[in-house]
Amino acid sequence: MERLPDILNSIPYLLQGAALTVAVAFIALTAGLVIGLPLALMRVYGNKLAAGFAAAYSTVLRGLPSLVVLFILFYGIPPLIGLRDLSAFWAGCIALGVCSSAYQMELLRGAIQSVGSGQMMAARAMGMTHGQAVIHIILPQALRAAIPSWSNEAAVVMKDSSLVYAVGLAELLRRSQQVAARTHQFFIVYFLCGIIYFVLTFSTNRGLDLLENKLRLPSVLEEH
Amino acid sequence: MSEPIVKVENLHKAYGSNQVLKGVSLEVAEGEVLVIIGPSGTGKSTMLRCINLLSRPDEGRIWVAGDEITAPDANVNHIRERVGMVFQDFNLFSHLNALQNVTIALTKVKKMSKPAARELAMFELERVGLVDKADHYPAQLSGGQKQRVAIARALGMEPLVMLFDEPTSALDPELIGEVLEVMKKLALEGMTMLVVTHEMGFAREVSTRMIFMENGYIAEEGPTKQLFYNPQHHRTREFLGKITELYGSKEEEGA
Repeated sequence: MERLPDILNSIPYLLQGAALTVAVAFIALTAGLVIGLPLALMRVYGNKLAAGFAAAYSTVLRGLPSLVVLFILFYGIPPLIGLRDLSAFWAGCIALGVCSSAYQMELLRGAIQSVGSGQMMAARAMGMTHGQAVIHIILPQALRAAIPSWSNEAAVVMKDSSLVYAVGLAELLRRSQQVAARTHQFFIVYFLCGIIYFVLTFSTNRGLDLLENKLRLPSVLEEH
Repeated sequence: MSEPIVKVENLHKAYGSNQVLKGVSLEVAEGEVLVIIGPSGTGKSTMLRCINLLSRPDEGRIWVAGDEITAPDANVNHIRERVGMVFQDFNLFSHLNALQNVTIALTKVKKMSKPAARELAMFELERVGLVDKADHYPAQLSGGQKQRVAIARALGMEPLVMLFDEPTSALDPELIGEVLEVMKKLALEGMTMLVVTHEMGFAREVSTRMIFMENGYIAEEGPTKQLFYNPQHHRTREFLGKITELYGSKEEEGA
């Protein structure tokens, strides 16, 4: 335990890694949503070509390990397109974002399809265009319904951000490894690392639970 | 005679190999209340859906207030603004309260300002007797109240004609009356209405003309009194007989 002060001193170093972990996860999730939502709409409302493209995109990406996508992006693509190098940080954000977009597309598709067909029919009957009906009627209901599964996906991406360790980004896991190697306190350091990951995923899920409750529509039992 | 509000000519519609409408023609004059009856699956709802192009006719032409809506260059959304539709299962927007259900199309489609839309919406909710429920969400309303909000929502667009597709079929019996009351009031105010319903009391009391549809055709059509008391077609007689058996007691009350 004579190494304990050493470990305590390295906590700020680990927390800086955690900040990078959060940044990668946050950017990847946002990118996943920005790519996944239009794909989900294409899948549900698009013509054969658009729907087929969205389906193929999702099938392929969900069939690949995120780490392989990351390696293709980090090691494989830059030389091909004459890029000197891609930073580990952005490679990680993009790779995880692209992988997540396939899963987000599937969960959003389910949420969109869970909105009754009568809602679209009524909106069209009022003279709304298809786009207006999607934006004002379908999505507000679908996105509410998607929060629980999206919360799950957020936790997955938060944990998967540890994969970016493999291309040398000094995020939480890599820094933990460095500290562990230096102090030889593997159990304590990795345990600490686990606690930090847990706090991150737990608070993300809690935050999304709160959002879900805030957006919940009044039901029969509650007086408005 | 002035121009009909709705004119349908030789309407055909099939879903796959199922020929639902096999040549329907009709005219509805301003202020008329036309009740359409007939066994299920004979194309009554499909015909209503063709009149606001929720279903695309395969063949035949439809005019609303003199404009041919089946013309290739017709502005579908503009047509739908002028044709109000009330559905069997209400289809209120679940994420909006009663007031917002009425205002959403006013602000998004008619581009009204929020205060003006709100004012009109409150007026329409007043018309259906639900001002006190303006801030209630669909899940907090009874079936009858939902359908009345749906009627207010359609009225807000100030349509030339209202289509009712079995508006009371999904309601518990004790809630049917409040919806029929609202529809009756509308009829008295002079609204042109096409109503698919099995409510014979309403048909007899409110409608000016009736249509009996069977197998994708109009089997019989005429003034309400004639269809009720002197139906020409034996199938009309049979159908009315069955319906009266089913809803007999209520009809006596209504008489």
